[in-house]
Amino acid sequence: MEPSETSAQADETVTVNLFVNGEPRQLQVTSNVVLLDALRDELHLTGTKKGCDHGQCGACTVHVEGKAINSCLRLAVMCEGQHITTVEGLARNGELHPVQRAFLDHDAYQCGYCTPGQMMSAAALLEDDRIAADDASVREAMSGNICRCGAYKNILEAVQDARQVMVSGTEGRS
Amino acid sequence: MRTFAYRTADDVTQAVTTHGADDQVAYVAGGTTLLDLVKLDVMRPTQLVDINRLPLGEVETLDDGRLRIGATVTNTELAHHPEVKARYPLLSQALLAGASTQLRNMATTAGNIMQRTRCPYYRDASAACNRREPGSGCDAMHGINRMHAVLGVSDQCIATHPSDMCIAMAAIGATLTLEGPDGKREIAFNDFHRLPGDQPEKEHELRPGELITYITLDTPIEGAGAYYLKLRDRASYEFALASAGALVSIQDGVIHEARLALGGVATKPWRSHEAEQALHNQPAAVSTFEMAAEAAMQDAVPHEHNAFKIPLARQAIVRALREACKDAENANEPR
Repeated sequence: MEPSETSAQADETVTVNLFVNGEPRQLQVTSNVVLLDALRDELHLTGTKKGCDHGQCGACTVHVEGKAINSCLRLAVMCEGQHITTVEGLARNGELHPVQRAFLDHDAYQCGYCTPGQMMSAAALLEDDRIAADDASVREAMSGNICRCGAYKNILEAVQDARQVMVSGTEGRS
Repeated sequence: MRTFAYRTADDVTQAVTTHGADDQVAYVAGGTTLLDLVKLDVMRPTQLVDINRLPLGEVETLDDGRLRIGATVTNTELAHHPEVKARYPLLSQALLAGASTQLRNMATTAGNIMQRTRCPYYRDASAACNRREPGSGCDAMHGINRMHAVLGVSDQCIATHPSDMCIAMAAIGATLTLEGPDGKREIAFNDFHRLPGDQPEKEHELRPGELITYITLDTPIEGAGAYYLKLRDRASYEFALASAGALVSIQDGVIHEARLALGGVATKPWRSHEAEQALHNQPAAVSTFEMAAEAAMQDAVPHEHNAFKIPLARQAIVRALREACKDAENANEPR
């Protein structure tokens, strides 16, 4: 379905249709509202965190059309008709995503504020076969997620552990 | 964030018509620079025209062998595109050295060309900045200028151009297709960005309302090796202190053709013709690379905190040339 044309005056509220974690959602926002604030304040999906609000920390990482992006630098109106996955949508049928399970198992956080963004980046990179599986490549692909507590070592271990689970899961299904 | 009107467009003509020649209107694609700077109150558009629905998302090899890249192709797509990886490895390397995964997923090819400097005084609406506010002065000149440029500077502005992608394009050579209220035209990539001179606010050659629609890369140099070296304060997700993009083709141990462009040290993506002259028809040896590095940096003008960039850039040039030559030798070996 082609997204409908959007035209908004400054200060004018417009309707935006999104699919968030598989559910159709409708928002009423002005054109200067970023996706991050729309998710948190309008849809009350507060798992996605606001860190720097300038695309420098990665705490706000969500998937738009399957790609990890900084939701602080994307206008909600630019997402008309698009599919968005937030950290609330990672678990399926009450079962944690392998990345979530691995973050728990490896204690891959201290304060936890960057964790949703870290997990969204991790989940995306594990589905992206253009990113090599070695530690250096994972660290490079995850460098847009800053951890003020410095839990990087355990984060890396968690990502690589989740990779093993996801690979064996795929083999199990085939 | 301040408020602005927002319009979508479905094709180039509609986008250009919607934009008009109003300099308060801005095109938005990835938004990674624009929205950042609107939040900082550095850019103050009254209206955005969203160009993401324009049919400019394709990468295509033309009949003459050049590669035509649509304006809205993302940095991630371009870096991993098979034609780019195979024929323009310098561009792929430079793209992947820039920003973060998330930003590369959002940022577009034309947007990367249009990105603004990271000068902290430019980004601080309360500081003096001739680029942001003509005639207001330059706080970088006597401020914390460690990250600033040493090439192409003027007494009005010493801000660096931040792009990695553009360094590869400067070396490869490219043509930009522009479309605006007065029609379509082309401009050479290396003529697009302007030196600050006495008008640092004029960053590029776009006329009011013009949109970059395509970037067409020159045909690659046959048998050339490529290497992009980026030196920075941390190993990833940081702007360059100095970077060098090198393309070198070698015949019988002699440099047949060389291209060198520099990032992190100049006010625009910096093609060094001086270095290229020093390399042409010379043996592919470190002594040649050192002469080229000397030539590239001979006109460098340091300020209080950035003199270190001159030897750093020289070393980056020598290393990039050495690696590009190795790459050329490997490419020429029968496989």
